[in-house]
Amino acid sequence: MASLDDLKKRILSVKSTQKITKAMKMVAAAKLKRAQENAEKGRPYSEKMNNIILNLSNGISDKENAPKLLAGTGNDKVHLCVVLTSDRGLCGGFNSNIIKKAKAYFSKITSEGKNLKIITVGSKGYDQLKRQYSDKIVNKISFKESKNVNFFDAEKVSKIIIESFQKNEFDVCTIFYNKFKNVITQIPQAQQIIPLKSSETGNENEKDNYEFEPEEDEILGNLLPKNISTQIFKAMLENSASEQGSRMSAMDNATRNAGEMVDKLTIQYNRSRQAAITKELIEIISGAESL
Amino acid sequence: MSEEFKLEIVNPEKSFLSKEDVTEVLVPAFEGDMGILKDHISIISFLKPGILKVFSKSGEDKYYVEDGIIEFKDNTLSILTSSIFSLDKIDRSYVSQSLSDTEKLLSKEDLDDQSRFLISQKIDVLKSISSN
Repeated sequence: MASLDDLKKRILSVKSTQKITKAMKMVAAAKLKRAQENAEKGRPYSEKMNNIILNLSNGISDKENAPKLLAGTGNDKVHLCVVLTSDRGLCGGFNSNIIKKAKAYFSKITSEGKNLKIITVGSKGYDQLKRQYSDKIVNKISFKESKNVNFFDAEKVSKIIIESFQKNEFDVCTIFYNKFKNVITQIPQAQQIIPLKSSETGNENEKDNYEFEPEEDEILGNLLPKNISTQIFKAMLENSASEQGSRMSAMDNATRNAGEMVDKLTIQYNRSRQAAITKELIEIISGAESL
Repeated sequence: MSEEFKLEIVNPEKSFLSKEDVTEVLVPAFEGDMGILKDHISIISFLKPGILKVFSKSGEDKYYVEDGIIEFKDNTLSILTSSIFSLDKIDRSYVSQSLSDTEKLLSKEDLDDQSRFLISQKIDVLKSISSN
């Protein structure tokens, strides 16, 4: 049995861990609020963008010569996967969930005999993927320095993607991120951004007669790269809200577990203290009796 | 009949401006400046660097935009842009910084006509801002 001193030390160490997790939870809660606000503020932009693209792609007359970013290369050989994760750990299953989703997709792609290329955004994703897929990772990006999610970072990522698309280095591009539902639930998502999925162009009844200036094709050519930045930015916003939410609930759990542990250890400590006292008493009494 | 329509300017991070009482907006569209009044036909176009003027009952506001997309539909003008600054509050150091950056860009060799045009537009506008 551990000595009283050891128990005391353990209780102290658990308590200080609890303090840390509690503080992290508070910080995450504050950050979550901001991240959520940002995600909500960013929504009108991406919605409007989506709407305009929808109208444009409906209005385009010559589907054959549509920009490649919309129509695709016609091939389905090389898949580029952009895995968006966080730069920091201690956020529960946040990163693992994305990685799990991505890995399932990876093995599906490779079993179909297609080529796989990976870009990781955020250092945690790279750490988890490099063991198994180090030969597939073509680029790793990390925004450790920037405190908040900003559009500039998203543009950097999309620039890399578009440049490599123009060099015909891949045919299909999918991004992986966590969609923020609420603090407890975040849903890992796989979203195809190149070529643009037509499943979202569902509501055709909303056909408007627009005047375009300049021509549709030219606007689309200008707009599609921007849409990719927007989509990535949206994913990054969702991701940052998810990260904080996930961290908050993970730290909440950790704080609770530490509390339970402290309770258990305190009982153990009190018992052994009592036992020591009793033992001493017995010694004194039996000593007195023997006199 | 009222001559007002709604204007919404959004950038990726937040909604930049939302106004209900706009009477005219002058946008630097790609193929030339365009004035938009109420009951304009639905239109989609994109912007080149320039000055965006908003006329409303409360007065006239000027903004500097670098790029963006405009959509006019049902008397609502939506402007999506990633870089917009109010001319009254624009940072002088940003203007001069951006001006020197863009001038550097222009000296590059491998430019197509369109981007060369956009860059020179930007330089012109920035110069006119800084001279004011």
